[in-house]
Amino acid sequence: MNQAADAELAIETKSLTKIYGSGNTEVVAMRDACMKVARGEVVALLGPSGSGKSTFLTAVGLINPPTSGQVFIRGQLILDADQAQVNLRSFRRQHIGFVFQKSNLIPFLSAIENVQIAIELNGQSSRVARQSAQKLLDDLGVGDRADNRPSMLSGGQQQRVAVARALANNPSIILADEPTAALDSHRGRQVMELFAQVAHEHGAGVIVVTHDHRALDVFDTTYEMEDGRMFQPTHSQPN
Amino acid sequence: MNLATKDIRHNLGRFALTTVGVGMLLMIVMGMGGIYRGIIADATLLIDSVGADLWVVQRDTRGPFAELSRVPQNLVHRVYAVPGVTASREFVYHTVQRQRDEKALRMAVLGLSWPTDKGEWIQLTAGRSLKQNHFEMIADKSLGLAVGEQIKLGKETYTVVGTTSNMISSGADGIGFVTVADAQAIQFDVPGEAVRLERASRYARGESSEVGIKQPALLENASKPSFELPTTPRAQISAVMVTVSPGADVNEVARAIAGWGDVSVYTSSEEREFLLKGNVEKVRRQIGLFRVLLTVIAAIIMALILYTLTLDKIHSIALLKLIGAPNTVILGLIVQQALVLGVVGFGIAFLIGQKIFPMFPRRVILTNPDLIQLGVIVLGISVASSLLGIWKAMHVSPNEALS
Ligand SMILES: Nc1ncnc2c1ncn2[C@@H]1O[C@H](COP(=O)(O)OP(=O)(O)OP(=O)(O)O)[C@@H](O)[C@H]1O
Ligand SMILES: [Mg+2]
Repeated sequence: MNQAADAELAIETKSLTKIYGSGNTEVVAMRDACMKVARGEVVALLGPSGSGKSTFLTAVGLINPPTSGQVFIRGQLILDADQAQVNLRSFRRQHIGFVFQKSNLIPFLSAIENVQIAIELNGQSSRVARQSAQKLLDDLGVGDRADNRPSMLSGGQQQRVAVARALANNPSIILADEPTAALDSHRGRQVMELFAQVAHEHGAGVIVVTHDHRALDVFDTTYEMEDGRMFQPTHSQPN
Repeated sequence: MNLATKDIRHNLGRFALTTVGVGMLLMIVMGMGGIYRGIIADATLLIDSVGADLWVVQRDTRGPFAELSRVPQNLVHRVYAVPGVTASREFVYHTVQRQRDEKALRMAVLGLSWPTDKGEWIQLTAGRSLKQNHFEMIADKSLGLAVGEQIKLGKETYTVVGTTSNMISSGADGIGFVTVADAQAIQFDVPGEAVRLERASRYARGESSEVGIKQPALLENASKPSFELPTTPRAQISAVMVTVSPGADVNEVARAIAGWGDVSVYTSSEEREFLLKGNVEKVRRQIGLFRVLLTVIAAIIMALILYTLTLDKIHSIALLKLIGAPNTVILGLIVQQALVLGVVGFGIAFLIGQKIFPMFPRRVILTNPDLIQLGVIVLGISVASSLLGIWKAMHVSPNEALS
């Protein structure tokens, strides 16, 4: 079961299983989920509510370890069941960008500071970090709101700031859980295209959980989950 | 980027209010220490400023600041004759409580050895020191007597000629300085009828005694106050204060006087110790305990405040963990806020205290060593009280950023 991992892959998961609770309240949220994401590949993850998409994403994101199975990132074994093989926190800091369902910004920091802090945590000086943060916000069309706190921003603007933060450190993998839920379809598509661009330019692997079937053409691959099982639909693959 | 200050700025109003609250609490802790210092300073002020090297007191007593001490008035002259003594003065000191303007006036009356001591050593806030050996008084300002005011004590009326400040007894009563003769007159004042009865009985006894019959002129003395009678009078003063000449050895002089059977001798610092050990010790312990309790309470309250501040930020902390912030960043956020709370609170305590403490009925003295000590304690409890918050922060899972 522990075959040598492919270093060309950005992400590889081997039979990830997550069981919440025990006994009567036991919930198998994810069962033997396997996925391979190449460097530069953008993957859409579809599935009905409660099918285990978030569970899978947080397992790959190293914040919610699986009950069994392995997570490889860039060919390196990172999680063996719930056993961490590296310092997860510093690994997340250097290699993973997150965007989640709900906006997840720090309320006491302004938009630009929310991006800046992620860059500073990776050892950049605050001046350099601020410049890169401003550029990212400009790219995402929220540069003019840089000094506003999250509470002063609309849901869509908050989500774009979160995207900027996810991209800030040129991560090896980007994990997004319905990042476009709060955006109109135009903006939503823009964000997806931005993910694709980062993936292609920097060789990052991207997994996006989405319900928005209109933007599926942006993705290279589509996976689906149902009842905790992962599969790849053979028909709906656009070119 | 400093997360601690960013968060404080975001919640500035609430944080400021909390800090003021902590500051008030620390002000009380500070005030307790100051009250303690004040009590010691007030209690020892008289001993310290009266400037005696040695105290000669009734044998086997600990002197006038600890208990009742009675020595004969002529002891002043006996002591003066000891080699090495440059000055010896009577110490006459007692407390009276009289009615004045419908209010009780408590006053500690201290006798000055006219004419060697006119009260020049007393720091005056107004008026002058004594110029005659009767019916003049220097009053502490806490007595509420101004220069020129008159007060009747016993059969005589005394005029306030000078005022001073912070001259109070260990019981916090203001001191009135008069001459020794006046102080004794006040102390031994007896109603006229009692004097007449006493004189009559002395006269009767004198007439029937052999001396009285042979020397009728002696009977003149029967009408004098008892402390002026030419026999060996009853011990009428509390102690004798001795000043030793600069060249002489204090211990040598003390040893010489200690050889006499009727007195004990103590140095000023011994007499000071008796006062502190006796009168002030319990007050000191009481205030000390209160201070410890208040410090503990301050620490608990600060811990709860910091815990709540951390709980308010727990989502942000989980998020910081999610994006990979190391523990030092999170620790820094909490501890720095704790230190800001403690340091600014301490500053507020000091500033408000300086304004408020002078209005207290007794002195509150803030000394630098006390302030430094409290400052160090505040830093200590700031860090210690953030432990609860740190513990909470360390246990939050990055997953909680998603809920
Ligand atoms: N902490 C938890 N404890 C117990 N059960 C959980 C927990 N988190 C998720 N589950 C359960 O696991 C299953 C999968 O949940 P998950 O959040 O992964 O679904 P999802 O596909 O992301 O749904 P949605 O599209 O609504 O976000 C659900 O049945 C859910 O109730
Ligand atoms: Mg979900």
